[in-house]
Amino acid sequence: MDVKTEILSKYKAKVFKSRKEHIVEVDNGSEQLIAANTRAIPGIMTNRGCCYAGCKGVVLGPLKDTVVLTHGPIGCGFYSWGTRRNKARPNESGENFVQYCFSTDMQEPDIVFGGDKKLRQALSEAYQIFKPKRIMICSTCPVGLIGDDIHAVAAWAEAEFGIICAAFSCEGYKGVSQSAGHHIANNGLMKRIIGTDDRRPEGKYPVNLLGEYNIGGDGWETERILKKIGYSVVSIFTGDGALADIARSHTADLNLVQCHRSINYIAGMMKDAFGVNWLKVNFIGVEATCETLRHLAEFFGDEELKKRTEEVIAAELEEIAPDMAHYRERLSGRTAAIFVGGSRSHHYQALLRDLGVETVLAGYEFAHRDDYEGREVIPTIKEDADSKNIENLVMEKDRRYRMFLTPERFEDLKKKMPLEDYVGLMKDMPDGAYVVDDLNHYETEEFIKHLKPDIFFSGIKDKYVIQKGGVLSRQLHSYDYSGPYSGFRGAVLFARDVSMGLFAPAWKMVTPPWAEKREPNAGKAAFKEAESLKEAGDA
Amino acid sequence: MRQVAIYGKGGIGKSTTTQNLNAGLGEMGKKIMIVGCDPKADSTRLILGGLAQKTVLDTLREEGDDIELDLVMREGFQHIRCVESGGPEPGVGCAGRGIITSIGLLERLGAYTEDLDYVFYDVLGDVVCGGFAMPIREGKAQEIYIVCSGEMMALYAANNISKGIRKYANTGGVRLGGLICNSRNVDGEADLVESVAKELGTQMIYFVPRDNMVQRAEIHKQTVIQFDPESSQAGEYRNLAEKLDGNDMFVIPKPMNQEKLETLLMEHGIL
Repeated sequence: MDVKTEILSKYKAKVFKSRKEHIVEVDNGSEQLIAANTRAIPGIMTNRGCCYAGCKGVVLGPLKDTVVLTHGPIGCGFYSWGTRRNKARPNESGENFVQYCFSTDMQEPDIVFGGDKKLRQALSEAYQIFKPKRIMICSTCPVGLIGDDIHAVAAWAEAEFGIICAAFSCEGYKGVSQSAGHHIANNGLMKRIIGTDDRRPEGKYPVNLLGEYNIGGDGWETERILKKIGYSVVSIFTGDGALADIARSHTADLNLVQCHRSINYIAGMMKDAFGVNWLKVNFIGVEATCETLRHLAEFFGDEELKKRTEEVIAAELEEIAPDMAHYRERLSGRTAAIFVGGSRSHHYQALLRDLGVETVLAGYEFAHRDDYEGREVIPTIKEDADSKNIENLVMEKDRRYRMFLTPERFEDLKKKMPLEDYVGLMKDMPDGAYVVDDLNHYETEEFIKHLKPDIFFSGIKDKYVIQKGGVLSRQLHSYDYSGPYSGFRGAVLFARDVSMGLFAPAWKMVTPPWAEKREPNAGKAAFKEAESLKEAGDA
Repeated sequence: MRQVAIYGKGGIGKSTTTQNLNAGLGEMGKKIMIVGCDPKADSTRLILGGLAQKTVLDTLREEGDDIELDLVMREGFQHIRCVESGGPEPGVGCAGRGIITSIGLLERLGAYTEDLDYVFYDVLGDVVCGGFAMPIREGKAQEIYIVCSGEMMALYAANNISKGIRKYANTGGVRLGGLICNSRNVDGEADLVESVAKELGTQMIYFVPRDNMVQRAEIHKQTVIQFDPESSQAGEYRNLAEKLDGNDMFVIPKPMNQEKLETLLMEHGIL
């Protein structure tokens, strides 16, 4: 029995029928379909989050010049506060709200009588205390159930305080995962913010960085490299990002899309409305970063820029070469499994390849088929009730629409780089590797048994289950409080952290409880012994 | 303590019938509490002689949940204790959650005393959501009466409410006690309501004839028994009270499908 069949065999017929479509053994010789973005099955321990997590937690939360106010009971606000480690530095005017948690703290009477009064009060208080220029309101589940008109309250706040205030109906129950929340946030930013300030920033080669949330400072490393070469970064969506910058993002010549899943909607809409081209990039991995930088230089087609790019690449590579060689020697030949949200499971394979580590299993929590199979399958993705539930904005050409490339040059460049395209995860994986959508806890344990990866990259929800089973697990959501891992210097940090984990002597010292022959009350005896030693020491 | 919930289509006369019936039960010496479960808070107007009461939810909102029972409970005609749950203004918040909150609070405050013979819940309109089903969930009310007339929409509503009762019959133990026909002078009304009742597996427990005396008493903010104890309509309500007090027919209703209900209405010449 092959691995897939064996794992699936434990499922009941109905679950089997669903899950078998979500697990693929890669065979690049044939066209392979994978089911994705469908509802998780009740009873299965999924790692997914909710719509609110996608909207507030992922896309809007990192904005530093913006008060992001959670309208709902306190738990949603509290547990989405600071957990994604989106770093931010105050902007010129000193604004940085990222370290604050704003919530209306709805109570039972607010549910009964409606929460709009409390929302107004919260907006007034936030305005009086912090004087923000921008407030974004995010709804959680009960708000949708009782139907508070948050959009009317946002309009009231704009008139009352003379600020920008937008509301997002991103109640947790919408959609099948946090993916719905990304889309809602994308729509709101497009409708309300992008294109509201026409001042084009000074500097050559203006680009936006999309889908970079500056977790552990990733965005800063990427920005450092881009600026060193000579690019001007107009805005970042949204790590260390500011709505003030996003307001003029349409003046850039190119959108760089790092996380495809969470932000491709804006990339597409900005192309339709303003003509801004977008390029799929990857700043995770040394080779990948070099390739991305060369694509960028090719896009602008400037010889000076190409030369500068090669100079910077050479200098950066030289700086990290000894470290990378050292870690590559230690890590080469190991295998990894990666299960993260929407794009990192793909990006990190490039960095692991740099270190000689092969990925034997990869999957996304909330991706869609295009993230696995490539954007060419988008027209074949069937709409269902869940996807129709989220508004799909169709953009008209704006009066400021302008094309940076001639149609001929666009076609020419498309052959050389993923211009307005994403190849997806599966084509970059070796035959025989497994791709699993919405991997659950049971399947995680089973795949570990069968594939025996040396490292399992995942998140807080399963990390400790994996580690208690004796397999190193590193978090690729929070980077285990380390990072940055992007670009050149980040690659070294990542290699260091993985190496440190694998070579930690701790593994030899741990005997899992089930493998340990224990005397009854052995713990108590050991404690007594320690106590008496301590007493002897004190005396 | 018998806990009784009165349901029925909006405007059918639930509150009027409940209060007049309670006046009758009060005369019989029964100890009663009426819990109004309608955001409009007009379920106890006739017993109290006007809208004199602070609702539970208003009090909760203004005073917090550390409140005294006396603040929200008033005694009216025949020492009937009256409580209004209250709720949000129309189109805002969640009235259903309000009812759940309100009944929970009344329990905590000790409103359900041992000496009560009856607790009546007068519930808004149709069973529109979980909150309005609160009195029939978790065993709050054990018996339900549906106020209806021989009009089509009233019987549609009765059938729908029966679906709600059946849903909770197994978990909460709630039963249907019968249909109360509050006559609108429709042709063949008693026959029609009786055959709908039979189809549902229950009874038409009483036929309350139409009498302008009810409206006159209402204008004076009184029940008929208080306003004109000698009138024939006062006698009708006394009879209804007797019937209800002696009722021993409690069933899990068998709601009809749409087709069956319409056939029945057709047979009686409505459709």
